[in-house]
Amino acid sequence: MMEILEGSHAVAEAVRLCRPQVVSAYPITPQTHIVEALASMVADCRLDAEYICVESEFSALSSCLGASAAGSRVYSATTSQGLALMFEVCFNVAGMRQPIVMTIANRALGAPLNIWNDQQDSISLRDAGWMQCYAEDNQEATDLHFITYRVAEDHNVLLPAMVCFDGYTLTHTYEPVDLPTQEEIDAFLPPFKPYNTLDAKKPMSLGMYATPDYYMEFRYEIDEAMKRAKQAFAHAGREFAGQFGRDYSGLVEGYRLEDADTAFVAMGSLCGTVKDAIDEMRADGMKVGLLKIRTFRPFPSAEIRKALSGVSRVAVLDKNVSLGQKGAVALEVKDAVYGSGIDVFDYIIALGGRDVRKSDIRTIAGLAEKGIGDQYYGLRMEVL
Amino acid sequence: MALNVGCAAAPGRARDNRTGSWRVFKPTFRHETCTKCGLCETVCPEGCVKEREDGYFDPDYDYCKGCGLCAEECPADDIEMAQEEK
Amino acid sequence: MAEHECELFECGHRACGGCGPALAARLILKGTGENTIVVASTGCMEVFSTPYPETAWGVPWIHSLFENAAAVASGVEASLKKQGRDEHVVCICGDGATFDIGMLCISGAFERGHDITYICYDNEAYMNTGIQRSGATPYDADTTTSPAGKCSTGNKRPKKDLPAILAAHGASYIATASIAYPNDVVKKIERAVNTPGPNYIQIHAPCATGWGFEGAETMAIGRLAVETGLWVNYEMVNGEVEKAKKIVNRKPVEEYLMVQKRFRHLFRPERNVEEIAKIQAIADRSAAKFGIDVVLKKPE
Repeated sequence: MMEILEGSHAVAEAVRLCRPQVVSAYPITPQTHIVEALASMVADCRLDAEYICVESEFSALSSCLGASAAGSRVYSATTSQGLALMFEVCFNVAGMRQPIVMTIANRALGAPLNIWNDQQDSISLRDAGWMQCYAEDNQEATDLHFITYRVAEDHNVLLPAMVCFDGYTLTHTYEPVDLPTQEEIDAFLPPFKPYNTLDAKKPMSLGMYATPDYYMEFRYEIDEAMKRAKQAFAHAGREFAGQFGRDYSGLVEGYRLEDADTAFVAMGSLCGTVKDAIDEMRADGMKVGLLKIRTFRPFPSAEIRKALSGVSRVAVLDKNVSLGQKGAVALEVKDAVYGSGIDVFDYIIALGGRDVRKSDIRTIAGLAEKGIGDQYYGLRMEVL
Repeated sequence: MALNVGCAAAPGRARDNRTGSWRVFKPTFRHETCTKCGLCETVCPEGCVKEREDGYFDPDYDYCKGCGLCAEECPADDIEMAQEEK
Repeated sequence: MAEHECELFECGHRACGGCGPALAARLILKGTGENTIVVASTGCMEVFSTPYPETAWGVPWIHSLFENAAAVASGVEASLKKQGRDEHVVCICGDGATFDIGMLCISGAFERGHDITYICYDNEAYMNTGIQRSGATPYDADTTTSPAGKCSTGNKRPKKDLPAILAAHGASYIATASIAYPNDVVKKIERAVNTPGPNYIQIHAPCATGWGFEGAETMAIGRLAVETGLWVNYEMVNGEVEKAKKIVNRKPVEEYLMVQKRFRHLFRPERNVEEIAKIQAIADRSAAKFGIDVVLKKPE
């Protein structure tokens, strides 16, 4: 049913439909509206879950780990500093192969303290063994929760997942969202079947330590599971499309890429602005297009290489920066198209909530055509 | 052997590690002054002292590390520690 | 528990000979029984009992990190509650994980009132990393990060009173115990897991390697700690001390200190009368607080 919902509330409704048995989260802006909504659903018996009011994000994810290991479907949400505080647990959850789904309301990391949007928080966890997907709008943010639970809990995958959507830009924005019914989601997402679980009737030791004789093989297996997750995403996306008509089976998604000379690459809500700018530029005869990356982990290298095969240059819009290097997305896109002769230019953009307009996208297209890139875009030179 | 997902394992495998090879001093349970009180079983950090059918106790030398705690605690002074020849 | 070849905590683990914590693990599982899920912290016990795939645990066991056992246990408990299951949820963690790095998660779990039993095996320092001081290290103990030297008499602070801190959180049942009194340990564990939590048990578990004594002496050292009043075995219910083990003719602390390498500097090159008196004062205060002294006069 179509409803006008705030992004956070749409996500909360999606989570409710996924029937998590344990929810554990700690409040942090701009994630709060999601967990507040879930807490009221529990209070109103609309959601039959244990809600743990933890004292920190560190305990939020730690308790999710315990709850998942004991056989429940679990949920958490966080952002920025909260995700940074979970750093150690994140690696652990992936290594212990617990299929936890966590929403990230993307926000900048301090210092300086900043509550506004960029994607530095989740990007900084890219090596943790979590799947990561980025939503362009609130419909996608909603739907990706159904899909990621399916993929995460697939016994061929068994990996945790972050559903990332931009803080404020999406979390606090009202948009029409088509919410499936409980019956529809129950048909798409079966009840959680744990793999290794804590059960006195069938004792197991979970989270043992591995000597150099075993450690590397365990890490290799996580990496292999991540590769299998690609097919699982595509499969779940196709089934979802069949049932609901919205297609997320592509790990990447092209927009007006046919015959494009310059392709933008972006993730998240920025894609909407870029698409509008592209429409205007196309009307002016400029051959531009967009490649949206939906899953940053597993990273769709082959899909990117294929999608960008016809373009002359790529302008990557990075809402993050690996300080002392470039933006993380550009580095990985370069790796994906290595040897193809395509120029890849990086633009660090929109850090800490700096606004991006359609005119900025047009300006960047011009810079890329002139071969000017690998720079911050939109710096206020007057304050430097 | 295939790895178990998530570095998990079923019980029982610790027994693959025969810690008896660590032993320097070997306890001998003489069963002379023994009152069958079972303290040797209780205090063994390995859990390798077991009661026999006749009520006396014996250590499992596959796992006994020879710490001597049982001998030290035995109220009847029935357990003797001696350097083991290997 | 049935007496057969396999105990719930099994042979083959890699603890040092005469290990107090290994004995504690056996006693704990005797008390909890098999309908139990253990949540472990990183530390000696975790390392000596679970190198993949050789686990010593016969009950479901989970280890995540050094500092998050109480939070993981919170999640396990919530999960079981949701599923209508009745296993006991028991944390078993060392003193570093408990007194220091895990405090945040412990405080949160106890304040929220989860039905868990948190057990600290207290060997009074970070033994797994090589005997560094923790908040549980007693006054004047020589550790690798509180070394005694020309201008140091060892650890500068007395042991943190964690039971009091957790009592202030509203813990239902709190007990201290010592592996030197094995039946008492088992009894207290049984009581704890059968009392709606959160509950806390702190078990004195002498460490031959870290404290500097022979493995055969583990029980004797533990007894001396109790007999000198430096360790008091007591039970608290809803914040009130219900029972403390009485000591007949309490021994001077020297008897406990002089048999351990970690206090050797108090006796060499000469007896440090002043420092020993301070430690005696700690024991005296504690004995008075818990009212454990029973003095029997020798017949004239």
